[in-house]
Amino acid sequence: MAELTYREAVARGIAQEMARDPDVVFLGEDIGKAGGVFKATVGLYEQFGPLRVRDTPISEQAILGAAMGAAMTGLKPIAEIMFSDFFAVCFDYIANEFAKSRYMSNGQVKCPLVVRTGNGAGSRFGAQHSQSVENWCMMIPGLKVVAPSSPRDVIGLLAAAVRDPDPVIFLEHKSLYPIKGDVPDGEIVDRLGTASIVRPGKDASILALALMVPRAVAAAEKLKSEHDIDCEVIDVRSLVPLDTQTILGSVARTHRLFSVEENPRLCGWGAEIVSIVADEAFYDLDGPPVRITTPHIPLPAADILEDLALPSVERIVDRVKRAMES
Amino acid sequence: MAKVEDRALAPNASLNDDIGEEHRLRMYRMQVEIREAEQRAFDLFLQNLVKGTSHLSLGQEAVAAGCAAAMQPRDLSFCTYRGHAHTLARGVPIEKVLGELMQRDNGLMRGKGGSMHLTSVDHGVMGSYAIIGAHLPIACGAAWRAQYKGQKDVSVCFFGDGTTNIGAFHEALNFAVVWKLPVIFVCENNLYMEYTPIGDVTAVPNPAADRAAAYGLPRIVIDGNDADIVYRTATAAYEKARAGGGPSLIECLTYRYSGHSRADPAKYRPEGELEKWKERDPIKIYRERLKQFGVSEDIIASIELHAKRRVDEATEKCKAAAPPALDILTTDVYADGGFAWRN
Repeated sequence: MAELTYREAVARGIAQEMARDPDVVFLGEDIGKAGGVFKATVGLYEQFGPLRVRDTPISEQAILGAAMGAAMTGLKPIAEIMFSDFFAVCFDYIANEFAKSRYMSNGQVKCPLVVRTGNGAGSRFGAQHSQSVENWCMMIPGLKVVAPSSPRDVIGLLAAAVRDPDPVIFLEHKSLYPIKGDVPDGEIVDRLGTASIVRPGKDASILALALMVPRAVAAAEKLKSEHDIDCEVIDVRSLVPLDTQTILGSVARTHRLFSVEENPRLCGWGAEIVSIVADEAFYDLDGPPVRITTPHIPLPAADILEDLALPSVERIVDRVKRAMES
Repeated sequence: MAKVEDRALAPNASLNDDIGEEHRLRMYRMQVEIREAEQRAFDLFLQNLVKGTSHLSLGQEAVAAGCAAAMQPRDLSFCTYRGHAHTLARGVPIEKVLGELMQRDNGLMRGKGGSMHLTSVDHGVMGSYAIIGAHLPIACGAAWRAQYKGQKDVSVCFFGDGTTNIGAFHEALNFAVVWKLPVIFVCENNLYMEYTPIGDVTAVPNPAADRAAAYGLPRIVIDGNDADIVYRTATAAYEKARAGGGPSLIECLTYRYSGHSRADPAKYRPEGELEKWKERDPIKIYRERLKQFGVSEDIIASIELHAKRRVDEATEKCKAAAPPALDILTTDVYADGGFAWRN
């Protein structure tokens, strides 16, 4: 067991997979000699050399296109898009190309690749470097979408993503890079499509993703100690495939559903889950499901405004308490 | 570096017998088959047997034939939505192509891709891409794999003149040169981006070649209606790439006889332009070439007859073929064969 930061876990996860499989290659802007702008890939260039860890120009279309061409002809590339906001300049590959090529070719073309990216707010970078774009990705048939919340999950889910035969969007949360967590020694490999109950509880189910997971857990502790409301917190971890069984099972026990989403409200991932629960577990519910989200706004740069926009521990506590009391 | 261009544009280059009869007959057969198949695709449209859209290469056959004939079997082709010709040139059966256009179960992708996405991995046709410019970076990636694994195949990427004005073209060119990738960019300059003359919307007269210098590449403009010139230029570029010399950008001057797509009658063309280009028809040029090299009229006529017969047979098979099985609607979204996104 070792204590690692989330950013150290990224490098360890990539190293674990590159050491295992010589077909795993890594490309992106400033990832090699510089060790990544978030210092999440430090040491990989030195360990695996310039042929496997390749710095690219600022050409996001070239990065994702090259990753796709390499994947469809036998490599297993990991591509980094520095900020997830930049998906917008290479979205053709995400939405039209590697997501659809298997289907359009009737199964002939395979794209086993991973796109890693820095997602989410908290750095006061403003509207074009802070977004949570998981909902952009979740809606595209052919993609898998995961977002780890802990150093251990970074390694386990990254390994699962690299070994997966489909294209996987791997959303690292920028505000989680400095957090620390215990990581077991040896190889760690998870399974995509598995949610995790990070805090068991009996009164309400709170679903969260990435940075919202520690906030939901902190809110659950307050709700328990200050209001005697015992919340179960589920780290969704994988939006596609989605572990609906864990979610439906939890709702069947607690009878209340809350989602805590960093993405802006419209078409956020929680909306899809609420819809599933309404379809399949309506009579398990003792009250309306509640979505706690960032409002339908671009993100502001100023710290007090950004903090106001994102679901906070206080807002989660308040929303859950009010809903449970009504 | 100037060698490629010198060889391509050398006076009387076509009279050098460096190509040989076997390749010449093959290139003629390809061109004639493509012409017959494309003409048939057009006719089948008029009968409403080809649905959706379609983008024909009538008039541009020499580019497809010359580039494909110079390839080795393991080389890879990346095509655009105007990709029937390049797909056929790699040896994909006509029936498979027409079947896809006619949305039949015998089509290359059983109707799931359609005219704009012809793909046959077994023939090295790694896809036809309908988003302008998208496949240039993808071809770079395939070339990167060859470079990384020490494999000797080249990735050849075909696109139109309009593609030279989109960002992905420039990203791919720079990327390919910086990484010295074995990728060949072949621009088929048919003078129209879609409906608009390329010269009206482009800063330079030769949309691809005039950008080459920006990426440290030699300027290569060739007669894209002469399959021998295309063949020689492509051969030199492939050899250079295989030897680790990096990418090439080749601009082939050619002309499409039909409109941009099924919906386009091409009324924007100046009077007489089409006729002028038809005088330099690639098949007409090549027919004369074969005669110059002593190929008999009988052999030439037999190639033409055979091509027509093959297209006829393929057409009949496609007409008799079933529509796609309905259960393929949800197959092959994910690697497990299905479309499940949840448990």
